[in-house]
Amino acid sequence: MNFTPPSIDYFAISPMIVIFAAAVVSVLVEAFAPRSTRRFLQLLLVFGALITSLVLIILNASTRTLTAGGSVAIDGPALLFQGSIVILAILGVGLMAERSIDPVGDAFASRVSALPGSEEERQFTQRGYLQTEVWPLTLFAVLGMLLFVSANDLLLMFVALEVISLPLYLMTGMARRRRLISQEAALKYFLLGVFASAFFLYGAALVYGYSGSINFSEIAQTISSKPSESIILLIGIGMLMVGPLFKIGAVPFHQWVPDVYQGAPTPVVGFMAATVKIAAFGALLRLLYVAFGGVRWDWEPIIWIVASASMILGSILALVQTDIKRLLGYSWIAQAGFILVGLAAASPAGLQSTKFYVISYGFATVGTFAVVSMVRDSNGEATNLAAWAGLGRKSPIVAAALSIFLLGLAGIPLTSGFVSKFLVFVAAVEAGAAWLVIIGVVASLIAAFFYVRVIVIMFFSKPTEQTAVVAVPSAFTTVALAASVAVTVILGVMPQPVLDLLTNADVFIR
Amino acid sequence: MNPANYVLLSALLFSIGAIGVLVRRNAIIVFMSVELMLNAANLAFVSFARMNGNLDGQVVAFFVMVVAAAEVVVGLAIIVTIFRTRRSASIDEPNLLKY
Repeated sequence: MNFTPPSIDYFAISPMIVIFAAAVVSVLVEAFAPRSTRRFLQLLLVFGALITSLVLIILNASTRTLTAGGSVAIDGPALLFQGSIVILAILGVGLMAERSIDPVGDAFASRVSALPGSEEERQFTQRGYLQTEVWPLTLFAVLGMLLFVSANDLLLMFVALEVISLPLYLMTGMARRRRLISQEAALKYFLLGVFASAFFLYGAALVYGYSGSINFSEIAQTISSKPSESIILLIGIGMLMVGPLFKIGAVPFHQWVPDVYQGAPTPVVGFMAATVKIAAFGALLRLLYVAFGGVRWDWEPIIWIVASASMILGSILALVQTDIKRLLGYSWIAQAGFILVGLAAASPAGLQSTKFYVISYGFATVGTFAVVSMVRDSNGEATNLAAWAGLGRKSPIVAAALSIFLLGLAGIPLTSGFVSKFLVFVAAVEAGAAWLVIIGVVASLIAAFFYVRVIVIMFFSKPTEQTAVVAVPSAFTTVALAASVAVTVILGVMPQPVLDLLTNADVFIR
Repeated sequence: MNPANYVLLSALLFSIGAIGVLVRRNAIIVFMSVELMLNAANLAFVSFARMNGNLDGQVVAFFVMVVAAAEVVVGLAIIVTIFRTRRSASIDEPNLLKY
């Protein structure tokens, strides 16, 4: 029996190879480099790899190819999502590299295995050790995301899903302060996450059983050539959607979102909230449009229900939150619903609006969590909203930056959020889902209330002795914050260049 | 024997695993149930490979085993950390994050 190795277009997948190589070297650095040089080497590796990868993605801009035996698709949407994931990862890694905000060190426990409150932990903190294991984990997570958006078969998609998730479970549990809730968040995220990926995998098995192939293009061919729909296929599609929808955090797969947002180290939340959502939406779009485009009428109702449930539940539950990180978690669930409205439209306009929304949301999120990590009291981050009273009078610039992000998330004109919501709703109306848009508009009104409430608390109440202080960050956080403000405003004032870019990168390769 | 029976068996195993995740309280047992679900999917893949007459499903099964091993490493690390902190592996006890 002859074995013909598949031809691989190494240049097309070079952005991923660079990240992977850097991740492996980064593990070796962790093992062999002396402690004093590790942080410097790791940061050099991480930033070097991300920037090289971004350059390679830009050089690949006109590549449209299926490679590695048809399992990796490098096309317009893949490159667009990869590019935005890498840019947001650079900003998110900036937040993680910050160490002047906390007087003790960075946001990560100096030794994760030491018991919280133990003598060992105290000694490690006292010696000023910084934990650097988070860097190889970050690189692996980014690699998984880049693979996830370009995966064109079920096996690669499953492996990429796990390569994203496993490092993030660990990173969730690494907070330096409030370690108990950090560990608890990691446990919940892990157990629910593996539960969801088991569903994804069994769904993949059913779809494979139906079509005899794990390749998206071949699955699509089988679906169009078989006259009747099979129950195995429908159950398979439903179970497959659990994987990406869990990562997106849409209702009813949303339980982990507020817990992880509250428990995980804030820089990690900033990083993952922005990038993982892009990756998950990228994968979901490819799965539904490329593999299951032929049975659109069967999965569209699921997306409608999930979208409306996410919008309503997310907005209403966010109203009663008193913890800013938890509030942002619930607000994300609502945002996931808005984005799914665009996906449910299942038209080129819907596709474009989904991409625009998820990318603009990513920048606003990184910025929001940059601000959250800077607002502190004597116990670390002051996440309780009571401590935010009058912050706008004490630190107007930071409060103004946060207001821009919150207005953007609420969808107020002249911010990226308005353009995204507008595009999504227009696409849905054109596709005939006007009732979904009505739910969406009502939910955005509710959402606007709690976003604006934070702004009111910051600017229109008097500072008390409880009011937190804004720590002075180093260049890492400042750059991330400034870039996020700039993108949020620019996408709101003149979105056209980006929309043109999205139109150019519109077609999935099949 | 008809390979479709193995698909039914895999569905049964998957359901047992899913119920185990939902009703058991010990994190280790919950985790074992998830592994059972993954292995049920493996069985389904291999049976479908036999029925479809190609090897894709068997290749997937190998990859899933590797992924499951990686999952065990990460999962046990998290569960052991929780256990050391709380002296208990019950998933009902960590309840600081709610509502």
